[in-house]
Amino acid sequence: MQTIDLTETGLRETNKMLHAQAANTNQTVWTIENAKGAHAIACGLDAPIEVTVKGSTGYYCGGMNQQATINIHGSAGPGTGENIMSGKIVIEGDASQYLGATGHGGLIVVKGNASSRCGISMKGVNIVVQGNIGHMSAFMGQSGNLVVCGDAGDALGDSCYEARFFVRGKVKSLGADCEKKEMRPEHIAILTELLAEAGFDAKPEEFTRYGSARKLYNFDVDNAAAY
Amino acid sequence: MCGIVGLFLKDKALEPKLGEMLTAMLITMTDRGPDSAGIAIYGTETKGRAKMTVQSDTPDTAFVGLDKALTKVVGGTVKMTVKSTHAVLDIPEGTAPTVRAALAGIDASIRVMSRGSSLEIYKEVGLPKDVAERFGIAKMSGTHGIGHTRMATESAVTTMGAHPYNTGDDQCLVHNGSLSNHNNLRRTLRREGILIETENDTEVGAAYLTWQMQNGATLGEALTSSLDDLDGFFTFVVGTKDGLGVVRDPIACKPAVMAETDQYVAFGSEYRALVNLPGIENARVWEPEPATVYFWNHDTSPTSSKKAA
Repeated sequence: MQTIDLTETGLRETNKMLHAQAANTNQTVWTIENAKGAHAIACGLDAPIEVTVKGSTGYYCGGMNQQATINIHGSAGPGTGENIMSGKIVIEGDASQYLGATGHGGLIVVKGNASSRCGISMKGVNIVVQGNIGHMSAFMGQSGNLVVCGDAGDALGDSCYEARFFVRGKVKSLGADCEKKEMRPEHIAILTELLAEAGFDAKPEEFTRYGSARKLYNFDVDNAAAY
Repeated sequence: MCGIVGLFLKDKALEPKLGEMLTAMLITMTDRGPDSAGIAIYGTETKGRAKMTVQSDTPDTAFVGLDKALTKVVGGTVKMTVKSTHAVLDIPEGTAPTVRAALAGIDASIRVMSRGSSLEIYKEVGLPKDVAERFGIAKMSGTHGIGHTRMATESAVTTMGAHPYNTGDDQCLVHNGSLSNHNNLRRTLRREGILIETENDTEVGAAYLTWQMQNGATLGEALTSSLDDLDGFFTFVVGTKDGLGVVRDPIACKPAVMAETDQYVAFGSEYRALVNLPGIENARVWEPEPATVYFWNHDTSPTSSKKAA
């Protein structure tokens, strides 16, 4: 196992070492100590390695991630996992705003709560939150699944496209063009798999599905004069 | 962008270290705003006396004999401690309006930074470490304080454009964000007779609170109504004689992290600002909710029932 003390090594050197790992690297397990809220830790990784960050992280930890698994042993700052492509990010504490923004793939797991704009403009990422999420979450969500074991804040899924939202608790309010949907067997199957992957013990049947009413983004001939 | 820090001490043993802790927190936030910096410290008060912090760009001449000149006008002893471009005036209680009026006559270049019984505000153009050093902030003790490092957006980089802003006796405000209706609101407030000295948006926010409170609102009520009357985005931290308040606009784009232990309540624009506080590993760390007014003061334990107090 490789251990890096971030305060000694510095952010650029640390990320450089992680970027140097190829698909067939032997150095597959890394620990970063003394994170102390630093920004951009383990950003832009592209190798099947596992990185554990000890302590809370600042902005954009694990941004643009591909293949790697990143464990944050603390809370995560704004924009964590932004534009994640693949791989996995697991946050032991809470996540700040715009978690997984524009993420194209991969999985983000939050064991605490996530803040506002969680999964904003998500494009295929799966996000599973054990606690609650804040307002304007999944705004303009296009694809992927957002699973919330607790409650969701105001304006969930505002102006969303084809992303799916599963909420076990209450939703404070739905955003424009977001509506409650029927839970069909295929959705139970997706949810069962995501909960298992996240390691959360929750019954899929207790969740409600929300998604796009598809009135906002489809061209309606009655509105032709408006263009 | 801008960076804000705040520290409210519960443990009296930490009071001699308030300035040192707050300075370290603010320096960590330097890259959120390198234009100017300021710190408000709530220190000791003396019965029957009040404090006024003033500033001059030409302290070598402006402050010479100022205490004697003011003593004559006020009719009671005025003591002065000069710290770089600032001077703390120790004046008889209740004489602040007289002193303020007299200052304008003595030297129009002297600006009032703060007034109150325990509040002192120090702010200048420059990096947090330089500003803190020139005023010796790290050596100051106190019960609570707030700091700000500015990335200018709405007005020029000047001393008067720096935060914190004094909103009333022992009250001050720092702001991260920008207000979009400040021009209109400035005109309204000036018609109401409120003094606004710059084109800065935050000064208008501060003046708005002053105006609300002059009309009988409590600070909590003034902050609550600011959610309706101020357009734009903001995270505000306010200082009062007894404690700290925090409010974020309903969209809450501007970051805010809080930490609480048995020894203190701390605020930072980022968690980075808090990492060297004692016992932070086991502190309760959370983000304040949008459109919610929070207060911590020395009389009560900080609970959500103190919201909008």
